[in-house]
Amino acid sequence: MKYGVNDQGYYGDFGGAYVPEMLYPNVEELRQKYLSIINDADFKAEFDLLLKDYVGRPSPLYYAKRYSEKYGANIFLKREDLNHTGSHKINNAIGQILLAQRLGKKRIIAETGAGQHGVATATVCALKGIECVVYMGEVDMARQAPNVSRMKMLGAKVVPARSGSKTLKDATNEALRDWIANPVDTHYIIGSVVGPYPYPDMVARFQSIISLEAKKQLLEHTGKELPEYVMACVGGGSNAMGMFYHFLDDESVKLIAVEAAGKGVNSGHSAATTFLGREGVLHGSRTILMQTDDGQVVEPYSISAGLDYPGIGPQHAHLYKINRAQYASVTDDEALQAGLLCCQLEGIIPAIESAHALAQLEKMKFKKDDNVIICLSGRGDKDLDTYIKYFGF
Amino acid sequence: MNRLNKLFATKNNNLLSIYYTAGYPELDTTVDIALALEKAGADFLEIGFPYSDPVADGPTIQHSSQQALDNGMTLNLLFEQLKDLRKRVTIPILLMGYVNPIVQFGVERFCKKAAEAGIDGVIVPDLPMYEYETLYAGFFKDNNLSNIFLVTPQTSADRIRKIDELSNSFIYLLSSSSITGGNLDVSDSIEDYYKRIKAMQLKNPTIIGFGIADNATFKKACEYANGAIVGSKFVKLLEQENYLNKIPAFISSIKPSL
Ligand SMILES: Cc1ncc(COP(=O)(O)O)c(C=O)c1O
Repeated sequence: MKYGVNDQGYYGDFGGAYVPEMLYPNVEELRQKYLSIINDADFKAEFDLLLKDYVGRPSPLYYAKRYSEKYGANIFLKREDLNHTGSHKINNAIGQILLAQRLGKKRIIAETGAGQHGVATATVCALKGIECVVYMGEVDMARQAPNVSRMKMLGAKVVPARSGSKTLKDATNEALRDWIANPVDTHYIIGSVVGPYPYPDMVARFQSIISLEAKKQLLEHTGKELPEYVMACVGGGSNAMGMFYHFLDDESVKLIAVEAAGKGVNSGHSAATTFLGREGVLHGSRTILMQTDDGQVVEPYSISAGLDYPGIGPQHAHLYKINRAQYASVTDDEALQAGLLCCQLEGIIPAIESAHALAQLEKMKFKKDDNVIICLSGRGDKDLDTYIKYFGF
Repeated sequence: MNRLNKLFATKNNNLLSIYYTAGYPELDTTVDIALALEKAGADFLEIGFPYSDPVADGPTIQHSSQQALDNGMTLNLLFEQLKDLRKRVTIPILLMGYVNPIVQFGVERFCKKAAEAGIDGVIVPDLPMYEYETLYAGFFKDNNLSNIFLVTPQTSADRIRKIDELSNSFIYLLSSSSITGGNLDVSDSIEDYYKRIKAMQLKNPTIIGFGIADNATFKKACEYANGAIVGSKFVKLLEQENYLNKIPAFISSIKPSL
């Protein structure tokens, strides 16, 4: 793959495995084994079966008629919201739990922002009867309370991260600290295409099912395999990478990634990483991150807990730098309005993360016959409180 | 030869090193603390520069880092503070911190500034060996700075050999796989680990860190290595009033012979 990772774990200038020695053996074990495990026939069979019977894949590619009329192009929604547990996060969680089993790990840790990855991880741990600890920022625990309860019902222990901004970045720090202290028996299920190599590549492969299906489904709908546009929101970037994956080498397909601008890119309350960030090292990889001149990580802000992260995965940093994908940003207000519009036009309550991708539709200039696929990464049940407060329903 | 090499050439046991975070608890006492530690009998020092997301650190050093940042500490300011360091302090000094602030500062510029200030070595836990070797080793060499690698109980023998090759002052042995601020692991498996390292007859001296907090743990570490590093326990002392005056008693509580 032209845009894939090289042997040293880099995508152009980005990637690598910037981990302290305490994590080196774990990361090295993964690096040596991940490809042989996930390419193994037995692994593939179990992964495919669980995706089909347990997750409910393939997720539909839905032709959104009223959206299409409104925006003057053929708009298709890739319905990751219909997956078991309500988002794309389950694709990766299933892949990694099967991998962890094959590595002989007895305990799972994870970080979560919106709680969707935490719920997905708690779910697969219940499925396999493995102990599960999820780190979640204290701020996120409050704004995504239903997901905290869900994780607990599923048997996971939820540990509040109280350092820094008390959001996703800090939950990730705490998970890494846990892994340092438990290097032998524990596998860390990272929830996005971030972290030290091989995580960005591994998570992208597990999420690539999204574009693999979408390509076939678009062919069925339109007689064409390739759309003009593919769009997705970006927190760490896993749903976007899954949605882009099998279109990366098809240079005619325009890839649009949508970041969270929070209260406005220049408001001081934003998570629009490519607009505000510079190259550096975050959570084990060289990437683009929001930071001060002195190299301190800046605390991001977005109303959407899943996009409230100061970095992006290294492959996104590369796609951005070489201009293979376009990075846009959408404010809290635009996203919430787009979420409501999706309810009214299509009868779907989207996750606020996904609503960021939908909001970008307003800013696009499509031609009449353009085919556009948007990743609807999750459902909005977890966000009802936020929607209700905002619109006063 | 830098000061570290000279120290190890003349003295190879019971070496005591102290870690503290620059800019904590007060912004401007970085060199005063170093001087007090030298006078009290510390053999060498690690001065931490703070980072917002110190993943290898426990609560004590996380807190000191955050406080130092809140106080206004930056790498620029630290190098400013260290300008007269060598007029006052003679023992070897290392800088310790995470890779992102160094990358932003510029790795080459960082090495130059450190050498100008009279720094002898650098410890960057999240700088991988591959990137060090391929991108940065030249800057360290040009500036006569030692890069210190960590070894944990899980580090393979092959990797320890490679680390020994790349090191030119000492190797930092972690007492267990943990973040800073934990307790010293004294289990049989840990003794086996120290013995295994000792039997490898490495060319570099070894210094044990993480979990060294008093005379008992210091002595234990010195049975297996050339010395030991105290971090969190010292950083806690700095929370107290009149901490500068309490440094001599602290050092002799760890290493009473002095
Ligand atoms: C529904 C949904 N979409 C998107 C994201 C953002 O993550 P990523 O960028 O890895 O897809 C999240 C994260 O929690 C999410 O829950």
